[in-house]
Amino acid sequence: MDYILLQNYWWLIMSVLGALLVFMLFVQGGQSMLFGARDERHRALYIHSLGRKWELTFTTLVTFGGAFFASFPLFYSTSFGGAYWLWMLILLSFVIQAISYEYRMKRGNVYGSRFYDTLLLVNGVAGPLLLGVAVATMFFGAEFTVTKSNLLNVQSATISTWSPTHGLEALACWKNLLFGLMVLMLARTLASLYFINNIVDDEVNRDQHRALLINGGLFVVLFLAVVAVLLTSRGVAVDAQGNAQWEDYRYFTNYLTLWWALVVLLLGVVLVLWGVIRSLLAPAWRGGIWAAGVGTVLVVLTLFWVLGYNDTAYYPSLLDVQSSLTIRNSSSSPFTLTAMSIVSVLVPFVLGYIAYCWYRMDRGGTGDSDINSAH
Amino acid sequence: MQELTQVVDWSRAQFALTAIYHWLFVPLTLGLGVIVAIMETIYLRTRSEKWLSTTKFWMTIFGVNFAIGVATGIILEFEFGTNWSNYSWFVGDIFGAPLAIEGILAFFMESTFIAVMFFGWKKVGPKFHLAATWLTAIGATLSALWILVANAWMQYPTGCEFNPATMRNEMTSFWAVALSPMAVSKFFHTVFSAWTLGGVFVVGVCGWMLLRGRAVEHSQRSLKVGAWVGLVGIVLTSVTGDTSAVTVAKYQPMKLAAMEGLYQGSQDQAIVAFGILNPSKTAENDDKPFLFDISIPYGLSLLATHNPHAFVPGIQDIIAGKALDEHGAEVNTVSYAERMERGKRVQELLAQYDAAQRSADVARLDSLKSAINADFKYFGYAYLDKPEEAVPNVPLTFYTFHFMVTVGGYLVVFLLLALLLVYKPQLLKPRLAPWWYWLSIITIPLTYLCSASGWIVAEVGRQPWTIQGLMPNKVAVSALNATSIQVTFWIFAVLFTALLIADVSIICRQIALKSKEIND
Repeated sequence: MDYILLQNYWWLIMSVLGALLVFMLFVQGGQSMLFGARDERHRALYIHSLGRKWELTFTTLVTFGGAFFASFPLFYSTSFGGAYWLWMLILLSFVIQAISYEYRMKRGNVYGSRFYDTLLLVNGVAGPLLLGVAVATMFFGAEFTVTKSNLLNVQSATISTWSPTHGLEALACWKNLLFGLMVLMLARTLASLYFINNIVDDEVNRDQHRALLINGGLFVVLFLAVVAVLLTSRGVAVDAQGNAQWEDYRYFTNYLTLWWALVVLLLGVVLVLWGVIRSLLAPAWRGGIWAAGVGTVLVVLTLFWVLGYNDTAYYPSLLDVQSSLTIRNSSSSPFTLTAMSIVSVLVPFVLGYIAYCWYRMDRGGTGDSDINSAH
Repeated sequence: MQELTQVVDWSRAQFALTAIYHWLFVPLTLGLGVIVAIMETIYLRTRSEKWLSTTKFWMTIFGVNFAIGVATGIILEFEFGTNWSNYSWFVGDIFGAPLAIEGILAFFMESTFIAVMFFGWKKVGPKFHLAATWLTAIGATLSALWILVANAWMQYPTGCEFNPATMRNEMTSFWAVALSPMAVSKFFHTVFSAWTLGGVFVVGVCGWMLLRGRAVEHSQRSLKVGAWVGLVGIVLTSVTGDTSAVTVAKYQPMKLAAMEGLYQGSQDQAIVAFGILNPSKTAENDDKPFLFDISIPYGLSLLATHNPHAFVPGIQDIIAGKALDEHGAEVNTVSYAERMERGKRVQELLAQYDAAQRSADVARLDSLKSAINADFKYFGYAYLDKPEEAVPNVPLTFYTFHFMVTVGGYLVVFLLLALLLVYKPQLLKPRLAPWWYWLSIITIPLTYLCSASGWIVAEVGRQPWTIQGLMPNKVAVSALNATSIQVTFWIFAVLFTALLIADVSIICRQIALKSKEIND
């Protein structure tokens, strides 16, 4: 396969993984609502419903990171090594999630179940918010430089350097925070739809429809704000010689140039809105998570497309525009991308068995009988 | 420079901390995964409710342990980027692929089927459930495979070529990376050692239950599987340990020399069975290496080459350029001083290449690239200040290696005895039984220490290299300040310790509670 085609293909794979990750953040959204549960029984139902899925979100995040490392290693080394604090906070929030589901109700857990529920809440809020901020820096830029020849400097060989705040500055940017808040509200909206679909309980159903109205409403407002900011923002365009320069309305231009991305975006938005609105209007309908889930995946896919395709830098440098990362200058070699492409053929098979297991495990939904039937 | 040293030291400390914590949980997941799968297979064949309750008992322990393994594992993957960013670029083209494959093929398998394993008893049929249990165990083992392939590549970089245009190593053969002798021996040695630990854990816990007179039949059922898996594990660990020693002798002779505290080697080289190192001994003086030692003649030559008369180079020999050839004879190769010179020459050529690239001097690029690649294997030596900097921490490597081997030998005897007592329980005199049960319990932490020692030997023994010969630690780190890393180090230290306390507490409480409830 041609090198450019391979790079495009791997950006597509990253887009798919990123989109699936955003969809799977409904687990975090659900965790962020634990303390709003009507009573302990409701909270137990939420946790048991999410407890069968949290590992998939976690694994998608790990695979997203691993695949980025393999396909675009310069992003991995620049962003993770530079925005140190931002990524460390994200990781810490996921570490505390991983043990909480298993430990919260176990005798001898030392700190009490409320402690583990609090950890789930922290991950539920911080996870989507901080991941949103990290992804937003890919649109709005980050404070780094890349000088590969630094490798020859015996005293200071690091090729990617960052501003001294090491990622904390990203948290002080209102655009990034807006993006992060939108991801958080999306996660909560999807969580409400998931609970409606998965938990067989009238009270939960009523509570979650109420939550959906609030979460969905806030999400739509934030989404519109983010779209407005994004389409009026500048981006970095790269010419045929590899020279980068800032360009106003770059992402808006990309949506117009990549018209098919615009079509997919609109389709995704319609599906999300349909999933939310129909769920609100027809309380007996449980398919909202699938409509909004597919819609979310489609919208996020297009965000990645306008971010990386059409000779656009997907990681603009605010300190030195020529250091900006593109899918051309940051990717792995043709050999590695080819080898990984062969492995990627297995992805549909992996998705197939996940879907089958999900189907088998979710038949009949989650109810009171499940609360005490765990191992 | 002092700041850089601190950054390197704290980055190493943080990685060591997270890796050691992670490795407290992973071997039990690998070993117990297989044991639980075997137990459930027996249940499905016999349809005995007793085997079902035994399976569920160990599955509960597996679940608690698995969760914390996942928690500590995510940090490790991302630390390659956060703390070792230069490394991530320099070898991301090779190292990233196994990590991505690990995610796609292994992690999804684990995470999908573990949900079926724990929540699916009433949701899926028994055969589907058994398949899920086996697939969880296989998924865990596959994830070990890919991360060990990546680790082995750092010990023995192969299947790649340096590309001066991108300033990084690029993969040229996936199979050379995935099936390198180092990767194969490391994978099997590690996985079998995990089976050993899983087996010892089961035997030890059963010892505790029998000491308390609880769940006697359940313990005997469990002992049978645990002792068999443990014994098979330790025998195969020993066999693959022998293969590992040969591989290390061939590709990392400095590590082998450090493992043995060997400064000046010889033909017919003896192996130190027990020794106390002389603290004042370094590669730069002629002091005696040991204050006291008991050695076995020909032992190290035999271990390293399977030839009792072969030459085995010591630390000072290796620095001087001495090595052993394929016939076990001493040969002179490139000294470390010469390697440093050649490494610096490669750096100069790379600078010229970079300049030629900027000025579009295409005519020079090919010849410069050939010259660079001819000596690129010495690239990392350019960053050393003196040859002796390439010597790892000998005392730590030596003592952990000997501890590992000693405990490994003990485990062979212990597990043989455990299996014998499973089939001939009458051999255990009643007055000796408590002693045996206590020994079983004490053997659990001993095996954990043995397992951690193996990793310390592997990782400390290859210092100062992040990638053997190509990239020392001080070049691999991120451009961070030491304070940031100190803060995250202590956050992880406190967090992981708190989680470990909870983990151990839950496991102990679960064992105590479930052993009372178990259907005997």
